[in-house]
Amino acid sequence: MESTKKEQLIVSVSPHIKSDETTSRIMWTVSLALMPAMLSGLYFFGLKALFITALSIISCMVFEQWYMKMVGKTSVLSDGSGFLTGLLLGMNMPASLWSFSPFTVHIPVIASFFAIVITKQLFGGLGYNVFNPALIGRAFALISWPKAMTIWNEPTAAFLAMDAKTTATPLGILKEEGLSKLIEVFGDKMNLYMHLLSGNRAGSIGETSAIAILIGGLFLLYKKYISWHIPVSFLATVALMAWIFGGKEGLFQGDPIVHLISGGMMLGAWFMATDYVTSPSVRNGQILFGIGCGFLTMIIRLKGGFPEGVMFAILIMNCFAPLIDRGFKAKVFGAVKQPKVKEAK
Amino acid sequence: MSSTSTTSLKDLFLNGIIKENTIFKLALSLCPSIAVTNNLKNGIFMGAAVLFVQTMVNITISLMRKVIHPKVRLPIFMLVISGWVTVTSMLMAAFVPDVYAKVGLYIQLIVAFASILARAEMFASKNSFMPSMADGLGMGVGFLFALTVISFFRELVGKGTLTIPTSLSSAHVITFMHTKPLLIMVLPAGGFLAVGILMAFFNWIDVRYMKKGAVSH
Repeated sequence: MESTKKEQLIVSVSPHIKSDETTSRIMWTVSLALMPAMLSGLYFFGLKALFITALSIISCMVFEQWYMKMVGKTSVLSDGSGFLTGLLLGMNMPASLWSFSPFTVHIPVIASFFAIVITKQLFGGLGYNVFNPALIGRAFALISWPKAMTIWNEPTAAFLAMDAKTTATPLGILKEEGLSKLIEVFGDKMNLYMHLLSGNRAGSIGETSAIAILIGGLFLLYKKYISWHIPVSFLATVALMAWIFGGKEGLFQGDPIVHLISGGMMLGAWFMATDYVTSPSVRNGQILFGIGCGFLTMIIRLKGGFPEGVMFAILIMNCFAPLIDRGFKAKVFGAVKQPKVKEAK
Repeated sequence: MSSTSTTSLKDLFLNGIIKENTIFKLALSLCPSIAVTNNLKNGIFMGAAVLFVQTMVNITISLMRKVIHPKVRLPIFMLVISGWVTVTSMLMAAFVPDVYAKVGLYIQLIVAFASILARAEMFASKNSFMPSMADGLGMGVGFLFALTVISFFRELVGKGTLTIPTSLSSAHVITFMHTKPLLIMVLPAGGFLAVGILMAFFNWIDVRYMKKGAVSH
């Protein structure tokens, strides 16, 4: 009895109790959580949206495989991070990119290269990247092809339609012509909210439907893959600033709801800002991170040159993530703060 | 570095271009290599200005090295460098005013280039006329080469054109593409990307070359 038990003992270093959560499982679950938003994008933007997303997913995975092969490391395709980056990148691009005259189909491919090889792998691969790869890919594309990246198709429910009218995004109208014009375009205020919530509006493939993104976000929250700190502080800051400074007539006249459910706000707050690698891991720090994202977003939306600021706000706050983590590091239990000793001369 | 008796003038010249290339190997003077290289013509003229200043400074310092007191050598080097930079900047303002309007600020900044002071301190103040000149020419040509490559790459990829200077006052613009293929490359962020990519490329060549050399020996 004694001897058989001894043989069954496994001697190993801690941790001894392992959960069955793995990186790849988290990545595939996040991808699953993005599906409602993806499906809504497919519904409103049709086959073009599918092509653009598939193209960026395939290019991300091909570039990841190619780089790993080139540097002689084992393949990491199965961990799903390349797939997730490609999916997020595709969902952040306008469906109008699937056009052959002018030729813009190469844009998702080059943006994928930039996201995977330069932003992620050159910095050391998954877990070491400073910036969110999908967002850098999109920022790169937006700066390199400012015209092609801001042609927005009007949503059509016809799946196979390859021709679409182009139109401005709600945020574009809000920036150029103000809220009253935006309400006029959509009929009345209720109608505007309904369009923004359901996703029946111009925008990037995966960012339009606030409801669908919220379903995915709440699913992640329920699975405890993300915590409430970043999304809630992000959204709350945006709502507060939109309410105080958003109005043209004066303070406290803005419409926070329009700002919350338009642009890439929802997708950014639930799926981009909560990226494990590029956001702080300390809870209090996450709140500060979210506030910073929201503040910068509203500064760019209200005062900057671009109508949408979520992407740049998150990227700027990504730089601060290590600093925030250091500042909010929990005190080591039992540790005594060393009194500063003056150097004896 | 000061053992000139064993190294030939040719080696000294090539050293600055390949082994100790200011930008690609030493990673010095990156400020102008990012700021002025969004246009091939500007890159070439900036590189030429540095080539001139580097050579003239090396010659002057090496001729004066016997009379410079070691304790005040750095201020003297700085004076010599600023003197030659002023000469260059005035010459450029007079003969290539359109280029000077774009890169003038960075011409003034040559005064603060680490590479120029470093060559004066480490090489020219210890060596005679001919080796110092070879070293200055090599370093300058290496810089010119780096700036030409960077600006060639950036302008071609960023704007789809190449501005090739045909004389001091005229340039021929070749247009390869009418759309801008990758606009970010002519923006400041693209400068960092271009320098980083080219640096990696030249280091890769170096590693391959070194490996081959090791096998053949």
